[in-house]
Formats: sequence, structure tokens, C-alpha cells
Amino acid sequence: MTAAAATTSRFGTPQVLLGLSVAILVIVVAVPVLLIFFNAFWVDGHFNVADVIKVLREKDTYQALLNSLILASGVTVTGTIVGTFFAWLVTRTDLPLKGLMKVLFLVPFMLPSFIGALAWKMLLSPRAGYINRFFIDVLGFDGPVFDIYTYAGIIAVETMYLFPFVFIQVAGALERMDPTLEESARISGADLFTITRKITIPLVLPSILSGALLIMLYSMAHFGTVAVLGIETGIYNIPTLIYEKIHQSAGSFNSIRTGTVLATVLVITAAFILWLQNRVLARGRYQIIAGKSFRPTEVKLRGLRTPMLVFCLAYIGFTIVLPTATIFMVGGLRTYGLPFTAENLTWENYRYILFEWDLTRDAIWNSISLGFTAAVITMFAGVIISYVIVKMKVRGKGLLEFLGMLPFSVPGSVIALGVILAWSGKFGINLYNTVWIILVAYIARYMAFSLKANSAALEQVHDSLVEAARASGATMWQALRDVVLPLVRPGMLAAFFLIFLPALRELTVSVLLYGPTTRTIGVAIYTLNEDGETVYSAALAGIALVIIIVGESVIKRLFKGAAGRKG
Amino acid sequence: MAEVGIRGLEKRYGTKTVLSGLDLELVDGECFTLLGPSGCGKTVLLRLIAGFETPDAGTIRIGDQRVADAAAGEVVPPNERGLGVVFQDYAVWPHMSVADNVGYPLKLARVETALRRDRARAAIAQVGLAGLEERLPSQLSGGQQQRVALARALVSEPRLLLLDEPLNNLDANLREEMRFEIKALQKKLGITILYVTHDQEIALGIADRLAVMDTAGRLRQVGTPEEIYAQPADDFVFRFLGIANFLPVRRDGDALWLGVGNERWTGPVPVRPDALLAAGFRPSDVRLARNGPGLPGTVRRASFLGAQVDYLIDVEGTLVRVTTPSHECVEHDLLFVEGETCRIDLATVQWFPGDVVAGVSR
Repeated sequence: MTAAAATTSRFGTPQVLLGLSVAILVIVVAVPVLLIFFNAFWVDGHFNVADVIKVLREKDTYQALLNSLILASGVTVTGTIVGTFFAWLVTRTDLPLKGLMKVLFLVPFMLPSFIGALAWKMLLSPRAGYINRFFIDVLGFDGPVFDIYTYAGIIAVETMYLFPFVFIQVAGALERMDPTLEESARISGADLFTITRKITIPLVLPSILSGALLIMLYSMAHFGTVAVLGIETGIYNIPTLIYEKIHQSAGSFNSIRTGTVLATVLVITAAFILWLQNRVLARGRYQIIAGKSFRPTEVKLRGLRTPMLVFCLAYIGFTIVLPTATIFMVGGLRTYGLPFTAENLTWENYRYILFEWDLTRDAIWNSISLGFTAAVITMFAGVIISYVIVKMKVRGKGLLEFLGMLPFSVPGSVIALGVILAWSGKFGINLYNTVWIILVAYIARYMAFSLKANSAALEQVHDSLVEAARASGATMWQALRDVVLPLVRPGMLAAFFLIFLPALRELTVSVLLYGPTTRTIGVAIYTLNEDGETVYSAALAGIALVIIIVGESVIKRLFKGAAGRKG
Repeated sequence: MAEVGIRGLEKRYGTKTVLSGLDLELVDGECFTLLGPSGCGKTVLLRLIAGFETPDAGTIRIGDQRVADAAAGEVVPPNERGLGVVFQDYAVWPHMSVADNVGYPLKLARVETALRRDRARAAIAQVGLAGLEERLPSQLSGGQQQRVALARALVSEPRLLLLDEPLNNLDANLREEMRFEIKALQKKLGITILYVTHDQEIALGIADRLAVMDTAGRLRQVGTPEEIYAQPADDFVFRFLGIANFLPVRRDGDALWLGVGNERWTGPVPVRPDALLAAGFRPSDVRLARNGPGLPGTVRRASFLGAQVDYLIDVEGTLVRVTTPSHECVEHDLLFVEGETCRIDLATVQWFPGDVVAGVSR
């Protein structure tokens, strides 16, 4: 009886949307990832785990795994310490200019870390680095003082760009924490040190851990910094080894297999870290951290007030201003290695790469068009998928929810490798060496951002708003058009920019997929640097920075305006 | 402007059956209230009628239109049922002005612009919001938003208006005011209303007829407010309609005794033949006295509440609530303090089987 009722509605709008959503995620994300697993475990027509272990025990793969672990652990520890310290400083002390400092500490998030790595290479490479040369030439040292081509160097540079993960989480938790919890401890006779140790830290620990795990996740799968700083001395991590294998052996079977095995390790690690983070957050959701903003008691820094401010400013100057300035300055040099004097500096390089050189002009155009297209497609796909997940009651949704989790745990290099496996003619479509393969990979890579922004927006749209429209006589499509869409538009816009801006500076994915005419900005900067065209590389990086900074400020203004209208 | 017929309705979520074998008839033009505790399935019934849910068995008819027939697999979507719905959380679209909210059903019905504006304006005026047409919902109070929702539900002159706890989020004064207004509008428009609530005061006050639903989703009693209040079908209905006192009574031959002791029962005589009975009464059904006829009691708690005094009284080990108007207390020296003895005399009693738990309950 009920089966009859089901038949009539089996192919209604909900089923169409569900099918579409599943299809998008399967084609774009699931198939590439499954192909990676398949290639890793399926040897000569049968399932083979022994062979996977053999690959993992080869010296270079084993070393890469170890390096990823060393680097990720190092960055996690230093990033967590730096992030927690600054978060405490800007929320719980009487540091001057706290508001400004909070904004400045988030700037590293905007900057692509591989451009930073490039700058640090220019400053601290053992022989040619400007700072090392200064020590040798001017101060009479015998040899280089710093060597950036080391584990410590890589960890230091990654820390500069990844510590905001912890900073944001901890600063947020400290701000939302009900100050009466600390005040009541104080009334009970505890001194500030005891309160910090017994009350404050336990309460913000989940936030610290969650931010630390995010750092670990990103560092584990991080390509740019290690590629720029590690290859010189043979320090490879998982993503750079995948790149090396795929690139140098021109797609031989063995190198692809090594790549897929490494990618499998990366996916499993990422999934594990995310699972761990979810558990930490679920357990740490104390009710005492209320949603409201309070005015917590501030620690008086007294005599340390000015020194601390100077320290913060020095940190920002050293990690943000110095590398950025270096990029622009080197980009303006007539030849790399010349001192920064007026007669050595010129606008010529910028003019040349913007208006004359096809390679860089193509790269800028490719990045903008790819970023834009990927952002538009992913924004719409994300809104449909989120709608089904958040709002619809339809059988088979569990599958979609599972598929929707996938994009979050698949790092860029894994996506790129999977896309190569899926779209190089295996299913009759060969996109290799075209922009399309990069587009497909971008959609897969940024789907997570779109799903996050759109589901957040959709969760704000209460079901009864749609039901009220239906009761008023609207069909499902009319209700979507007149009620849902206008209300999630801010979320969609957020998704667009969350994708467009990172895509502009993307390196990890496109470096595995680019062809002769399909370099992106990131790839162009990276390959120019590899080819020794340091000056042009820096100039292009400078232009990328300008685009990013302009883009970020436009969004800030846009969203501030939108928020202003609402209030 | 339409009667509603529900036959053998069943709704399950997974293994949980929320409604089963439910029959209900709504008369054309009446205000019908569905009263039940939260989570009893009354909102599910409303949503089934609205078309937001599909029944697993049974049929629903609105006027001449069969809107859901589980056996035939026919379901009319909500937009083709010609209803007005007012939700508990107002569901006023935040991105549309008051005029746009109220005009939306007319826009969908392709009413031409000028006429649409006039009708929306009239509907807005009807709920007392004239002058606020261009406001956005965020600039309105909760009560005003609820009025917008009401105007929007009424603007296309639906044959049936469904109200799902629409007054829950309003404060007490506003709730009362809106209740009178909904009633007045219904009389004026002659519309059929199904009003779902867990608040017995609203239910009794607004309904022409009402049904009491229990936690298992069964209808315990259907009738006019007076019938249900005066002749509750069982102790569940009795309890649900207000504070309920129960005293145990045992029959021994022709004699009636209170509880298990030696105190004679002095209240009305039961018609039921049971040996063990429960006498149910409201706090206001009691005549309180210092001495004279009635059952003996001891005052355990006295609370002066302004217009009345609320006593908790121990009657042979059973606690009952008694309210007495303050002026009566003053005039007849009935301002008891804790520990004093008193007499309670019962004028009216509802008789229930003896297994009903004694004492006071809400």
C-alpha cells in the first residue's frame, strides 16, 4: 500500500536533487580518490597489501613519510605555542593597540606560504641570502649564520603562516569565556597563576587542541614551503615526493604507484586528524563558554607593556613586512644578487611580465579565469548539495552526507593525483595538459569551502519559512527561488570568495596538472624560481600579492556593508 | 469555509508510530482546537493536513477535495490545498517587507498588482498593522510579526486556517489579546480554523469544539469546551484541563469512606458502582470552612496570590490544592496559617475508577 505511494513520488524534485548532488560528488571527488586506493592496492589484477608495504619501505618513500611527520610535528608544536601566546596577549592583557594587533596576526592567513618561502630563501639561503651576505660581507663572519634549507628553517617558515589556526580558535574561546568562572576562583582565594593553570587553560584546551590539529593537517599535506626550501638539500615530504615522482618519471607505472601509496597514507592521516578534531570539539563543547562577548579581567603587564608591544610589532615586521618587502624589492632588481640601490631598481620587470611575456600573462589569465569558473561552479554545486543535506528529507541522504565529508579530508596533492588517474583517458575523456583538468581538480579541492559556507547559511533558514511559502501557494521551485535563494545569497557570495581568492594563488594542485600553456600564477612563480629566474619569479609574486590584498580588502568592505545593512 | 474529514490516519517515523487509526471531522466554519501535551503528535496531524507530511495510511479530505489518500498513493502538494498556515515561530520572511510578505500568496495566485496591493493593505489593516507596510520583519516586535503571519495566512481567503501554537512565543498580555482577535476574525470571516496548542486556557477560550489528544496520539475526547470541562471522559482529560485533585473513596455496603481510614465521605454520592473510587475536583470546587460540614484537613501551605489564596491541604494523608477568593477569606475569617485545621466541603465531584493516583496533579 505504502509502496504505491512511494512509486508516485519516487522521481519528484527531491530525488532529482539528491541524484544530482550524489553524481557531482561521486564524479568530482569519490572517483578520483577511489582510483588512488585502487591503484595503490590493486597490482597485476589482484589485491596486494605486501606490495604496498614494499613501496613504503623503499628508502625515499619511507624518508618522505618520516619528514612529513617531523615537519608537521615541529610546526604543530611551534605554531601552537606562538598562536596561543599571541591569542592570550591580545585578549587577556592590557597590551596597547590590541584591536590592530588582532587584525595583523591574521594577515599571514592571506599570504601564500610558498611566496613567503621564496622570500626567506632570498634572505637566508646559505650563500646568496641577503641576510647571510650581510653577516659575511659587512660583519666579517666566516660563513653563513642561518641556513633556511633545513628542517628548522622549513618549520620556522611554515609556523609563520600556520599559527593563525590556533590564534583564531584560542582568541575566540578566550573572548567568549564567561569571566565569572575566573572571578569566582579569584574570590575563592586563587592567585592569577593558579587560575590560569586550573581554570583558564583547561577551558580553552579544546580550542588549542583543535587549532593544533588543523595546523598538523595543513602541514602534513603542505607542498609549497617544502618544495621551495627542501628540495635543495633533499628534504622531501609526502606531497613534494608525489610531485617529484609524477613529474620526473613522466607518468611511469612505478612512480604513479608510489604516488598513490603516498596519497593513500595522506588521506588516511588527514581523515584520522579530522576525526580526532571532531572528537576534541565534541567533548570540549562546555556550556560555560557562552556565545556572548564579555569583558574578561585583564592581566596587567605593567613594565612589560611596551616591551611586549615592541615584541609583537617586531614579530609582525619580521614575518610579514620583511618577506613582503623583499619580494617587491627583488622583483624590481635588474639582476638577482645586486644590492638594493636606486640605480639597480626598475619597474621594467613588472611591465615585462604584465604586458609582454606570454608565459606570465597566460598564467595570470589562467588563474583568474580558472578561479572564477571554479568558484561559480562550486558555489552553485555547493548550494544544491548543502540544501539536500541540510534541508531535505529524502531516502538515501546518508550516502550524500558521507560523500559530503570527503572533500574535507582529501588534501590537494591527492586530488590532483586522483584527477590525473580519472581524466587521462581512462574513461574515454582525456583532459591531461588542458585547463579543464585543473578546473575539475579545483572544483573537488574547494567543494569543502562551498559546503561549509552554504550549509552554515542554510541552517539559518528555518524550515517553516519554506513551508510558509508552500502553504501560500508556492511550488517547491518557487519557494526555493523566492525564499531560500535570497536568504542564502550571502553564504553563496562568501563561498565564491572563499574559493576565488585561494584559487588565484593556488600551487599544490596545479603544479601536478599544468601543461605547457596552462600554468597558473602559482606554477609560474614556482617554475620561474626553479629555473633560476628569481627576479621575474619575485616580480610575479609581487603582482600576486597585490591582487590578493586588493581582493581581500574588497571582500572585507563588501561583507561589512552587507552586515551593516542587516543591522 | 470547508469541512475537514480525516479517516484512519496513520503516521510513522521509522519504527515509531505517532498517529494511528485517527478519525476526526471538522465542521464548516468552526474553530476547532486540538489540545494535547507536547510531543503527542498534534503538530504532526496539522502538518499532515497542511501537506508537509505524507500519511502512511488513511485519507484526508478538505471540502470536496481529497488531499491525501495513502492507499491510492495520492498526495496533493501543500500549495494546491488552498490553506493558510500560521507557525509557532511566525515564519515571516526576513528579506521581505510586511507588504511583500502579505502580498506574496496573491502574487503566486497571479492577482494583478493594483488589486494585490489593495488586498494586502486591507489584510494588514485587519490585523492592526496599518502604517507598517514598508517595515522589515527585523523592525517589528514578536507580536507584530505574529500579526503579519496571520495577515499573510488570511489574505488569499483560504478555506481552512491552520494555527500551530501561534501564541506560544508571546507574553501573557499579548497572548490574551491575540486570542480574542483571532476569535473575532474567525467570526467575521466565517473561516474554518484548526488550532493546535498545549495550553488548555487558550484552547477552552477560543474553541467552538475541541479534541484532547494523549501522549500516544489518540483522541481521548471530542466536544464543546463546556462538555469537556464539565464531563471529562477520563482522568487524563480531567488532569489536562487544569489543576486536578483526587481523593480516594471506598465503598462499604451503602457507606462511603475516605481512603482507608474511618472518616466518612461527606461529598456527593457516586453513580459508579465501583468499590474503590477516586473523587476528582478542581481547587475552586471546594468550600473551605473553619468547622462545620465537610472533610477534616490540615493546612500545610498557604500562599496569598492577590485575588485569591492558594492552600495546600492534607486530607487524611492526601494533599489537595484549594483556592479561595481573597475577599471571601477576609469576610469569613478563612485566612489560615500553616498547621491550622479546617473543613473542606465538596459541591461537585468527577468520579473516576479507584486506580487513579490520589493527590493533586496538573
